[in-house]
Amino acid sequence: MASEQPGFWARVQRASVERLHIRLESLVVLLALSTAMALLSPYFLSLSNFLNILLATSTIGVLAIAATFVIGSGGLDLSLGSVMGLAGVAGAFVAVNLGWPSVFAVIACILAGGIAGYINGQLVTRAFVPAFIVTLGMLGLARGLALVISKGRAIYGLPPEIVYIGQGRPFGVPMPVIILVLTAIVAHAVLAYTRFGRHTLALGDSEGAARAAGIRVEHHRRIIYTLSGALAGLAGLLFTARVNAGDPTAGINYELTAITAAIIGGTNLFGGRASILGTMIGALIMGVLQNGLTLLAVQSYYQQMAIGAVLILAVFIDQYQVRKESRV
Amino acid sequence: MTLLSLRGIRKSFGAVDVLHGVDLSVAAGEVVGLVGDNGAGKSTLMKTITGIYRADTGSIEFDGKDILALDPGQRRRLGIEMIYQDLSLAKQQDVASNIFLGREPTKKLLGLFPGFVDKSEMDRQASKMIERLGAHLPSINRSVGSFSGGQQQTVAIARALTFDPKLVIMDEPTAALAVREVQSVLDLIRRLKSEGIAVILISHRLNDVLSVTDRIVVLRHGRADADLVTARTNMNEVVSRIVGGGDTAAAAAHEQRG
Repeated sequence: MASEQPGFWARVQRASVERLHIRLESLVVLLALSTAMALLSPYFLSLSNFLNILLATSTIGVLAIAATFVIGSGGLDLSLGSVMGLAGVAGAFVAVNLGWPSVFAVIACILAGGIAGYINGQLVTRAFVPAFIVTLGMLGLARGLALVISKGRAIYGLPPEIVYIGQGRPFGVPMPVIILVLTAIVAHAVLAYTRFGRHTLALGDSEGAARAAGIRVEHHRRIIYTLSGALAGLAGLLFTARVNAGDPTAGINYELTAITAAIIGGTNLFGGRASILGTMIGALIMGVLQNGLTLLAVQSYYQQMAIGAVLILAVFIDQYQVRKESRV
Repeated sequence: MTLLSLRGIRKSFGAVDVLHGVDLSVAAGEVVGLVGDNGAGKSTLMKTITGIYRADTGSIEFDGKDILALDPGQRRRLGIEMIYQDLSLAKQQDVASNIFLGREPTKKLLGLFPGFVDKSEMDRQASKMIERLGAHLPSINRSVGSFSGGQQQTVAIARALTFDPKLVIMDEPTAALAVREVQSVLDLIRRLKSEGIAVILISHRLNDVLSVTDRIVVLRHGRADADLVTARTNMNEVVSRIVGGGDTAAAAAHEQRG
């Protein structure tokens, strides 16, 4: 039987999807986009702008890691941006209004996010409300609570230790970038190489198979949502520290960008396939896009439109590829 | 030697009696076909064997032990394994991930961090398992969803084998398979038998049942209505026992037309 030998490109594509769970197209898009921006703007190709992009990507990057875990497990978290806002306000409230030491502010950020995520997880697994509705509700709840705590105004006057987390530059590298890279390395190791990560993807692939294999499905989902909330809390800390204020409106629409980054990076919208490496490429694409459009003096309204369009396009391309592959 | 022995198994759901005292025995290394019309109680009977349902009355002995009170996990540890029709595979994961899902071998990363999956060990054992079944897969690193139905069946059987079962229950393994693939799945069943593993085969495809089993048990209205030795029966008899008399010649002809 004469079977058609797949071409070199097709083989590399398949290998990268199977081994690394990365769609190579995303890397190509990132390079093409960077080249285009470099040609269009003389300011794009510089070390300081490069660090700027990474800095701007750090918050979104951490949120995108959370989105990768949740979507990879077959779930969805629309509350990422709001929980991030709530966490930032909680941290600022503890540090400024209560005047507690900075370490408690850091804990407050992550704890506030973790609690919101834990509530999401409990509702999804015990109350049988779909994740879409639970986290959409949490989007409103967390944002409202952030406004209540801060009385609708940003909380200023953070202690220097907190500000250092957002603005410090050891060895010239911004702290948020260092934190993002460390978070990504740990997250990548967990998702790709541990039993927890493999069970996460198996769960997103087929809940029935995971259950039959003895994985405690509901318990696992609760951990994932709690983790997602805690990461949103970390993103809130980074943002609050960087702008030196607990802003209750921080992170509006960030879930849109974070989910887009995860999907561009090769996460299957319906679960079962995800990689942190891919998500980081996706987050960089979003960062380069926003940075480039800003350098080109495109109004931020249009940037918002661009992100929305990219999300739809990314899902379209992914599903197109999936259908093409399953037609073999 | 009798491996599994059911006596007088009754099971009802509310007012609906599904099993009215089923007797069934399976010897070690024996392949038993379980046939019957829709609603005859095949699935309910299998679930009382795996422990998902608890029989109302009757006794179940496995390997000389009374297992009536045991839950599915305990029965699995004793060596009862079931492969469902949907195979319960994670289609986007590769062969080894599916075979070892939930029981991945682990190692310490850099001798420090525990809980890391030993992928190379997993792949090695998975290949060995597939080889033991005498089966061929395109690549062990491909996602299972890209395989054909028969190849997926192979993965599901390999997964069952890792539990070191004494009895494997297979629910319609050859339904929805291409003709060529049916033969390879039947070969897998023969391979299990040759390793001394007993198989209960639930199937509507009587040709497959007649070709691979030692005995055929016909379930009808919640009773084991007939217990036939495969070598001494034929399609006509099996069909007539399934439908319960009547115009069996027409029914058999219909069955053979498929």
